[in-house]
Amino acid sequence: MSLKTHQLLKNKKKNILELWMKNQLADESLREDLISNDELRSQSEELITALVSNLSGENFTNLDSDEWSPVIEILGGIAITRARQGFSPRETGNFVFSLKEAILDVLQQEITSDPMTLFIESQKINRIMDNLSVVTFETFIKGREEVILRQTDEITEISTPVIRVWDGILALPIIGTLDSARTQIVMENLLQEIVETGSSIAILDISGVPAVDSLVAQHLIKTVSATRLMGAECIISGIRPEIAQTVVHLGIDLSNIITKATLASALAYSFKVMRLEVKKINTVSKF
Amino acid sequence: MDKIPILRMGAFLLVTIQVDLYDRLALNLEADLVQMVNKTSAKGVLIDISAVSIVDSFMGRIIGNIASMSKILDAETVVVGMQPAVAITLIELGLPLKGVHTALDMEKGMNLLKSMIDETEEEADEDEMSDDLITE
Repeated sequence: MSLKTHQLLKNKKKNILELWMKNQLADESLREDLISNDELRSQSEELITALVSNLSGENFTNLDSDEWSPVIEILGGIAITRARQGFSPRETGNFVFSLKEAILDVLQQEITSDPMTLFIESQKINRIMDNLSVVTFETFIKGREEVILRQTDEITEISTPVIRVWDGILALPIIGTLDSARTQIVMENLLQEIVETGSSIAILDISGVPAVDSLVAQHLIKTVSATRLMGAECIISGIRPEIAQTVVHLGIDLSNIITKATLASALAYSFKVMRLEVKKINTVSKF
Repeated sequence: MDKIPILRMGAFLLVTIQVDLYDRLALNLEADLVQMVNKTSAKGVLIDISAVSIVDSFMGRIIGNIASMSKILDAETVVVGMQPAVAITLIELGLPLKGVHTALDMEKGMNLLKSMIDETEEEADEDEMSDDLITE
């Protein structure tokens, strides 16, 4: 970028900022509910200051150079905060694109005599701003992914409760897909609970598992074997007809495992094993 | 040289492993135990591994071996008190210890052994009775 343009942009920093703010505030996608105007202004000002001070550098078009790291850092920070605050990608993108428009507008107003220079300078600005928007997007997506990962962790933590349904009988309803990581958590929770409560029967209810493929079945068999090693019996319940079909079609051998169609029948079986009986009380009518 | 004590209790043998087993110790235990089963003509072997926190495939195999050997000598093996981590490790190693009976603790293991012995004795009685019938 020529020195002249650089100087020009530096002098016109205020104008650019005003124009940019105007653009942003006029934009329909402005989210006043998520960010206050003052905050937006301070963010914008910070970014523009860092950007303008960089324009003179020799590595102007090379985003990997150290000179750009402050700008990228600021932009990354803004993008991540926006991802967490729940901005949409379009809203985040507009933040950078409206800055480009503002700069180009100012250039257009200032360089009126020389179309050639205007074109060259605009192209440079275009290129660098496009790169910056890519950086913004990358960081934005990274921020969103972090949010998703955190939620996944939370879900796995809360979604494997071990319930004590009777003295000596544990039930573990599994809801959602079973993958290796989850099986590990399920297994650990279940075995730990077996040791703590001294239960001799564990019921694994899979009515909430959407599909059982050979891998999921493998995980189930592992859990059952581990429970058996601990000295407890493991019953798999909640097998829907579709799942029974898939299991047989896949040729998975579940014959060594006690399976029941419903949690109720699994419980009834457990009572039988523990020699317990549920009786209906004979109510004697008064009349 | 460490040695794992084998205690006799009625018709059963009691083994409590209080230390982490290394290979030599496990091999010695296997040999001693089989000798003991033979000598005392025990009906059941109870192995308590509640203090074992580390297990490898060798250890898993030894336990399996002990069970199979005792079975040949007409004694049932019950492993009691396995730690969750040990159970998971054994499963991950692909050693589900088929043929070994398991129980949560010593008491339950003892009950299991007793019930198994009772069953076999009943069967034996029935056999004798049927023999009697035939002779009559």
